[in-house]
Amino acid sequence: MLNASLTELARLLEAKQISSVELTQSLLGRIERLNPTLNAFVTVRAETSLAQAREADARRARGDALPLTGIPVAQKDIFCAHGWPTTCGSRMLSNFVAPYDAEIIRRFDAAGVVNLGKTNMDEFAMGSSNETSFFGPVRNPWAPAAVPGGSSGGSATAVAARLAPAATGTDTGGSIRQPAALCGISGIKPTYGVVSRYGMIAFASSLDQAGPMAKSAEDLALLLNVMAGFDPRDSTSLDRPPEDYARDLAKPLTGLRIGLPKQYFAEGVNADVLRAIEEAIAGFRRLGCETVEVDLPNTRLSIPVYYVLAPAEASSNLARYDGVRYGHRAAHYTDLTDMYQKSRAEGFGPEVKRRILIGTYVLSHGYYDAYYLQAQKLRRLIAHDFAEAFKVCDVIMGPTSPTTAFDLGAKSGDPVQMYLSDIFTIAVNLAGLPGMSIPAGFGDDGRPVGLQVIGNYFSEARMLNVAHQYQLATDWHRRVPAGLEVDAQ
Amino acid sequence: MSLCLEDVKRIARLARIAVSDEEADAVLGQMNGIFALIEEMQAVPTASIEPMSHAQDVVVRLREDVVSEGDQHELFQSIAPQVEAGLYLVPKVIE
Repeated sequence: MLNASLTELARLLEAKQISSVELTQSLLGRIERLNPTLNAFVTVRAETSLAQAREADARRARGDALPLTGIPVAQKDIFCAHGWPTTCGSRMLSNFVAPYDAEIIRRFDAAGVVNLGKTNMDEFAMGSSNETSFFGPVRNPWAPAAVPGGSSGGSATAVAARLAPAATGTDTGGSIRQPAALCGISGIKPTYGVVSRYGMIAFASSLDQAGPMAKSAEDLALLLNVMAGFDPRDSTSLDRPPEDYARDLAKPLTGLRIGLPKQYFAEGVNADVLRAIEEAIAGFRRLGCETVEVDLPNTRLSIPVYYVLAPAEASSNLARYDGVRYGHRAAHYTDLTDMYQKSRAEGFGPEVKRRILIGTYVLSHGYYDAYYLQAQKLRRLIAHDFAEAFKVCDVIMGPTSPTTAFDLGAKSGDPVQMYLSDIFTIAVNLAGLPGMSIPAGFGDDGRPVGLQVIGNYFSEARMLNVAHQYQLATDWHRRVPAGLEVDAQ
Repeated sequence: MSLCLEDVKRIARLARIAVSDEEADAVLGQMNGIFALIEEMQAVPTASIEPMSHAQDVVVRLREDVVSEGDQHELFQSIAPQVEAGLYLVPKVIE
């Protein structure tokens, strides 16, 4: 049951072969057993989840169930859920209980989805390894000494270890795709504006985008059907007609043109990762796809551009944490400024402070044009590169990450090395494009490799079709980490 | 470009984050490493390029200028560090 797809679970629920309460209890039991080691969840409230499961069962009995009614989904702790602690992985919000629901939580509730708990994450979504969380690092279920990736590492681990059938994530520079790749699961960051940001704690507003993480592309399509849609309360939400993201799953791939950026297959990518990706591309050719080399000449610039724009937006967004209205306030202070300074110094961890300082600097008088304005101009060049590439291809493919999961502590002392691990994901956020990662084999170390699929604006249904057809022909997405097999429990 | 210790302390003051001398010293090296990475973008000529401030070239929507939320101050203040009589309490700023 815990290895089943969302479609299979929905069928079992519909046929009354299992109840939502049984499914939820089974998952809660597994979380209780495995979470002390993996640290994927920061909050579990069994009674609240079971009450939602009972309500879902009653709804199904009444005959007004929707496709995902009764299915438990873990929520990244960046989404406000009414009455639930919502910490964003930070001491600053360690005492914060959300007084309202994020739009995606409201949508999941309306669909009868059970909130299985809140998953661990890098503090304020700043990190690529899940080592910056105030609640300690998450472990990669494929290799307990390794990181799960970040910042949605708790969600990725929860799905990979079969603690949750699916989870939500957010992606500012790769935070859905990179942990999905490092944990051997599937994850999609939709086009910017497709999923509401209302009630999602802001890091860099022009880049942040929520999306689902699950075992397969088919599951992602079902989740996106619930999550996506116009929200008048989010000024960046795009007013577009509703879509069925599962509509093209069965479409054959014959004639699909895959763009392979030469920069994504160059030096800096580990040989075993490259081998797995090239084998995956060969698999697509066997499915009838054509490949064409494309040029993304400004790929290297995406990291410097991102590390100007994201900290600049973060320094502004995180100015609200001042110890006055909510969040951590220092116990001892002399005056108002001292209260702000001590509350923020105690509430934020080192990575968050560093990014706020960088953001404050690049926005400060005399440096704005040299850094922030220049980065915004280069952002347009990066978006233009993709527009040119999509004139000759339907999707772009390459590695999600240049390496497999690295060991805990391997990069945490050197932020620049950590930042470089997002070289292939960041440009997608700068351009606002949709991107996904699907399992595509294993490295020499036995750790998963992720294939990144980048689509043109609003091509999510096509991307999910591409990924689904690959997953019909391969079984990488069905693999479970050794020792965590569901049947062995 | 290279930052010095005084720069870090000044930026921290602007950002309202208290830093000790040891913390400022540790952050200095890391920030200089990051700015060395960022310097790469300075050499690109961009005089004729329009800045891109949003992920897509769309006009951000504005809502009607009407009251759309009820009074929830009690709910929102229930999670505040210190409140009294419906007001947030902070240290006195005016004698």
